[in-house]
Amino acid sequence: MKLNWWKILCIIFLFVTFTAGFLIPVPIIGNLHQSIRNFFFHVPMWFGQMGLLTLSLAYSIAYLRTQNLKYDIYASEFAKTGIVFGILGLATGSIWAKYTWGEFWSNDPKQIAAAIAVLIYLAYIVLRGSLTDFDKKARVSSVYNIFAYFIYIPLIMILPRMVQSLHPGGMEGAKGGGNPALGGGSLDATMEMIFWPAVFGWLLLGIWISSLKIRLSLLVNKNLIHE
Amino acid sequence: MLELRQQHTFFGILLYVASTIFVLYLAMGQPESTVYNGLFWMIQLFVCVNAVAKSFMQESQGRMLYFYSIVSPVHFIISKLIYSTVIMLLMVLLSLVLFRILLGNPVMNELQFIGIACLGGLSLSLVFTLMSAIAAKAHQNAAIMAILGFPLIIPQLLLLIRLSKAAYGEVFREGAVLQIGLLLTGLDLLVIVLSIVLFPFLWRD
Repeated sequence: MKLNWWKILCIIFLFVTFTAGFLIPVPIIGNLHQSIRNFFFHVPMWFGQMGLLTLSLAYSIAYLRTQNLKYDIYASEFAKTGIVFGILGLATGSIWAKYTWGEFWSNDPKQIAAAIAVLIYLAYIVLRGSLTDFDKKARVSSVYNIFAYFIYIPLIMILPRMVQSLHPGGMEGAKGGGNPALGGGSLDATMEMIFWPAVFGWLLLGIWISSLKIRLSLLVNKNLIHE
Repeated sequence: MLELRQQHTFFGILLYVASTIFVLYLAMGQPESTVYNGLFWMIQLFVCVNAVAKSFMQESQGRMLYFYSIVSPVHFIISKLIYSTVIMLLMVLLSLVLFRILLGNPVMNELQFIGIACLGGLSLSLVFTLMSAIAAKAHQNAAIMAILGFPLIIPQLLLLIRLSKAAYGEVFREGAVLQIGLLLTGLDLLVIVLSIVLFPFLWRD
């Protein structure tokens, strides 16, 4: 196994997340109690998903510019890992919601937006499946990917800030708006010390998973790709 | 270069709108405002799928080739966008009238509602034009269109439903109506720009 510096960094970061994340003393905020530790797992999922989908977007654009099928494979694998992160984010979020808001699903605008995001990218996979010609598949799905990304960003970034939400950062959030992902100023210094490694650890893990799948997919489609 | 030559489809859609709303009336009578609002936008969504989706799917391979040889893709997509917006606006106005006649009128601020409905028709038709272009590539598959388009349209639809509550007399935070309206307009502009940028890539075959 090739162990690059960023893979080692990923392992260290996730090790920190899983040990310190469970051991450090956390501030008790409202009815969150110890469940606030989920912050190191739930929120990084969304950072990871955004990061992976942005990479997917970048490779789709690269494909349309160069017509190199390699980039299309990159884009699709990053999108697939993005979907996995999205589903994990929904799952961790639902469990957290059960213990703090009382229900697994409470039709919070952010929950809806996140679910739609997963649907959008599942549609991307369906679209890829429905086309058989490789060049056409790559071109059409790249176009859809770019279009979907630019619809998705306002959906997740702007919409939840405009309506009332149970998540922090909604219109009536405790700290009056701000970044929905970061919970306003309620994050204390020790938590922040774990949180950022967690974000990058999960993101790097996502890239790692995708890169393995990309290598596999490149081998499978070796005869299609002209270097 | 538009489909005026296929007038039966146009009248088909008109009939589709009218009969759907009539069936709704028979089933529901005159519903209260929340239901009215929800029904109105659902009808718009399905009309749009039926009306705009046709714009690419009914083009035969040969005719596309002909267009390909006479116009640039940018002009082609712009004309398609204009055409589907006009069709959709007609449909929106028609269904507004029919809703008014058959399902009663819980709307307090009529002008505002008409404005919102037109904005909504615009958003729907713009998104579905490009989706239809994509779906047409996927073997003229109508199911693909729904799979691709529905998740993408939900955010705008939610905003529209929320916004139109303003016309039913719901009190909003000051400036919120304008804010949502501007956001929708911004999204529309974004969709137009994306369509123009992306369509030339779809076009090549």
